[in-house]
Amino acid sequence: MSFLFESFADWKKHAEEKNISLHEVVLEYEREQKGRNKEQIMEGLARAWEVMKDAVHTGLTEEMTSRSGMINNGAKKVYNYPTPVLSKEFQNLISRALAAKEVNSCMGRVVAAPTAGASGIMPGVLVTLQEIHKIDDQKILEAMLLAAGIALIMEQRASISGAVGGCQAETGTAAAMGSGAIVYCLGGNTDQIFNAVAITVQCMLGLVCDPVAGLVEIPCVVRNASAAAIANSSAQIGLANVSSVIPVDEVIEAMGEIGASMETRYKETALGGLAATKTGQAIAKRVLIRDIEILPDEKS
Amino acid sequence: MASTYSQIMAEKSSIFDMIGPVMIGPSSSHTAGVVRIARAALKLLGDIPEEAEITFYNSFARTYEGHSSDRAVIGGLMDFKTDDKRIKNSLDLAGEFGLSYKFKSVGNASTMHPNTIRLVLKKGEKQIEVLGESKGGGIINIAEVNGFKADFTANLHTLIIFADDVKGSIAFIANILAHDECNIATMSVSRKGKNDLACQVIEMDSGIKGVTLAYLESLSWVKQIIYIPDIDK
Ligand code: SF4
Repeated sequence: MSFLFESFADWKKHAEEKNISLHEVVLEYEREQKGRNKEQIMEGLARAWEVMKDAVHTGLTEEMTSRSGMINNGAKKVYNYPTPVLSKEFQNLISRALAAKEVNSCMGRVVAAPTAGASGIMPGVLVTLQEIHKIDDQKILEAMLLAAGIALIMEQRASISGAVGGCQAETGTAAAMGSGAIVYCLGGNTDQIFNAVAITVQCMLGLVCDPVAGLVEIPCVVRNASAAAIANSSAQIGLANVSSVIPVDEVIEAMGEIGASMETRYKETALGGLAATKTGQAIAKRVLIRDIEILPDEKS
Repeated sequence: MASTYSQIMAEKSSIFDMIGPVMIGPSSSHTAGVVRIARAALKLLGDIPEEAEITFYNSFARTYEGHSSDRAVIGGLMDFKTDDKRIKNSLDLAGEFGLSYKFKSVGNASTMHPNTIRLVLKKGEKQIEVLGESKGGGIINIAEVNGFKADFTANLHTLIIFADDVKGSIAFIANILAHDECNIATMSVSRKGKNDLACQVIEMDSGIKGVTLAYLESLSWVKQIIYIPDIDK
């Protein structure tokens, strides 16, 4: 019986007992639960990695204007701006996360990771990590396996969908995946990885899902950039063995609790938060279809 | 009635649900799910339609343009897969594929799932009407086919049999499929009225052999069979 990804503590225990690394436990899970062999799994991940890199490239080179007009080539502007706020690497990270997510908003090809709304975070994080630290592709694919394991637990213990758990569930999970991947690639052990995941989620807790006009554009695109930044800041903290104090499983539990008690207007319904602002409402009026036949209320 | 959706949800997720699917944006429920509903409808018709009338209900009614569900549905009807980059330009390509289309929006359909689409498709003599629901994450439910309750996910291989309501027909068909070594995942029957045609929907884990299909079609009480292999292939 393979390990079913119900908690981080058990993941660690299972890996230690079998004397295999965390990502190998994920591989074993997919093999046994889905009947795929190792080759198929690695091939699937390699394809996802190619699509991620392609999305970053597309977003930084091609015209990216969404149908609503709210997304308008932001990634390229950031990438080319002459003043880096911290460093050129940081500027690259931010513009890459924006780029891949803009591709998603503009009907390009992306990898949902874990969702389409959060599809810029892993590409931004991984492309930048590979570039700075010269990580080989094999290691990146192992990090993606590890990241998938993180998401599997978060899906079961909290949620990975904005409509169910708010934006913390979507961009928060993606940031946790990215943070774990970074620490793994930089040689961190299990505790360091889990610390980084816990700290990332601590930073993302409570974020509501409030997309303007219900479109996955504002604030989604910029939240992909901020989540990529948080993945990196938390990796820096976790890697240094600074404890999250609250263990990762309990942090995920808190995320689930917050998601469950979040009001529906903050769950992708476009009824609260930024969507409900004056400008948000005006945009909704402009982009949403008004020529609708409304059926009379059904009484049953 | 077997609830195929709850079975799918109860099943363990794949790592490719966490890192994947590879898809055309912006949203799995408004793009990928819609492409898949259209692909299921296309397989039901058996051909790229000449005419398509598409109605978006409820939440879809207002947002289908903003989320580009219109491009998704037309792309799916032209047999584009969920990761096909041509989806973005599908409305411009429809002419080349001989497809003319019309969109309609209907709100307040309170008995329907929030993200529902109705497709009426025509090709020559053939016509089909399909009601599909996009459940999130690209998961769909085909709720109705030609007015019959269908409820299948199109994740598996699906067999739809319109037949006279003969006693023992369900057991008979199940038996034949068992001989073809098809594992039946779900099976449901619906009819519009008493003594009317019955619609059997059977979801199978694996594909069905051509001869088995031909044999089923040759039965006198079977009026029509539609076989939908995996729609994502
Ligand atoms: S605001 Fe909502 S739709 Fe946008 S990224 Fe966050 S969870 Fe997704």
